[in-house]
Amino acid sequence: MINFASSILILAGLFFYLAGSIGLLRLPDLYTRLHALTKADNLGLGLLAAGLALHSQHLLTSLKLLLIWLAVLAASATSAHLIARQARRQETRR
Amino acid sequence: MTELLLFSATGLMLSLFLGLLRVLLGPSAGDRMLATQLIGTAGVGILLPLSLLLDQPALIDVALLLALLAAVAAAAFTGQQEARHD
Amino acid sequence: MNTTSLLVFDGLLLFSIVGLAWASLATTDERRSVILFMAFGLVLAVAWGRLLAPDVALAEAAIGAGLSGALLLAAARKQPRLLSPGSSKGSRHPDGANVSLVSRWAVTLLSAALAGTLAWALLHAFSSTPHDMLPRAISGNLASSGVSNPVTAVLLNFRAYDTLLELAVLLTAVLGIFALGQGTPGYQPAGPIFDGLVRWLVPVLILTAGYLLWVGAHAPGGAFQAGATLAAAGVVLRLAGRSRIGLPDGFVLRIVMAAGVGVFLLVGLTLLLLGRPFLGYPPAWAGALILLIETAAMLSIAATLLLAFVGGQPQSADVNAAANRQREEMS
Repeated sequence: MINFASSILILAGLFFYLAGSIGLLRLPDLYTRLHALTKADNLGLGLLAAGLALHSQHLLTSLKLLLIWLAVLAASATSAHLIARQARRQETRR
Repeated sequence: MTELLLFSATGLMLSLFLGLLRVLLGPSAGDRMLATQLIGTAGVGILLPLSLLLDQPALIDVALLLALLAAVAAAAFTGQQEARHD
Repeated sequence: MNTTSLLVFDGLLLFSIVGLAWASLATTDERRSVILFMAFGLVLAVAWGRLLAPDVALAEAAIGAGLSGALLLAAARKQPRLLSPGSSKGSRHPDGANVSLVSRWAVTLLSAALAGTLAWALLHAFSSTPHDMLPRAISGNLASSGVSNPVTAVLLNFRAYDTLLELAVLLTAVLGIFALGQGTPGYQPAGPIFDGLVRWLVPVLILTAGYLLWVGAHAPGGAFQAGATLAAAGVVLRLAGRSRIGLPDGFVLRIVMAAGVGVFLLVGLTLLLLGRPFLGYPPAWAGALILLIETAAMLSIAATLLLAFVGGQPQSADVNAAANRQREEMS
């Protein structure tokens, strides 16, 4: 039962990762690509980590997975914003 | 379960590879930095099932460090801009 | 295990590594090259993980991904653009000298010779037997080494002398950095968003460094990875324009810089005075001594890497704070 839930979560995470990467490649400009990227970061990693946490034996491992997800969440949100803001400034300067 | 882990590791590696294409293509530095972020997150994602697959719990620590240092890399890139700017 | 599936994984990984390495060297724009190099470091960390070398993967993640990128970007910041994006590759150097045909052929032949030698060594390694003398020796002696992580046992016990000399090399490097004079002036104080990133990232980095130092005794980790992580925390603080980046002032800084080599030597000489061989730890004390040396080494390594980023002797925290206040008043 846990294996089933875990598998669903892992596959869902994988789906969001791939969707994010394809979006990164196919979307027209930096701001839209950013949108795709953050989906991969947040949902993709989150679902993947959740699936693996269900599967793991140790509490410490699950806590580490949670910490990893939170760190990536906060870092990618912040850096996405900063990168976009900087790109915007460079555009308006030209 | 092993097959699923293998499949997801390979799928994530594909995702990393797609991000790589954007790093090589992406016209502006911002595009490249974004793609580097994806490569970092994909790397973190790869290490997680890999640690179960290869029976190396230490790879989860590597994933944590990779996540944090990818943030440092992004900070280095944008921080330079902040400094240059005002 | 399904070997076909891992083959696809390995193939993609290999292609990514070679592709990134090639691209980062072939591009003419410096900043682009550094970004590609950062991506390269990230992928390389995954590769080390795949090769079942978590200690190296930790070190690569700490140094190759974040710190090298920050260092190179800071260096690129100061350089005028040497190569314009449209210039033809290779035939003209910026100062006008022509790279002659002879030297280009010489470099090509030397590189080919190097590649050939490495390939021969690799093939030779595969064909010679037995493969496992070294691992057997290590696992045989692991119990008396004071730690249970074989990598740490080799670095800090069986080959401690090598590590001592490596730390001495780092000390020499930081003395060279000091010889450059004053470091670059600090950065502007960061806006609220960047500052928000810093507020949680730095404490987590510091905690992770402590964790890596502690866990190094029985799992992948250790002084070098911990030191690099700590340096990354300092780099982030500096990028955020903070006046305090974790480096102590004046005399204490010099003590921290020398602590790695110093504590190592003290332990070795004390053991010598007690009648044991140099750095020959008594098995009962080995664990504690290793932790002591690793702690000092972590601080030294962190200070060295952070000073490399600062680029010279750091101005004291008070000077930096005063400069920041001045900037605020002017704006």
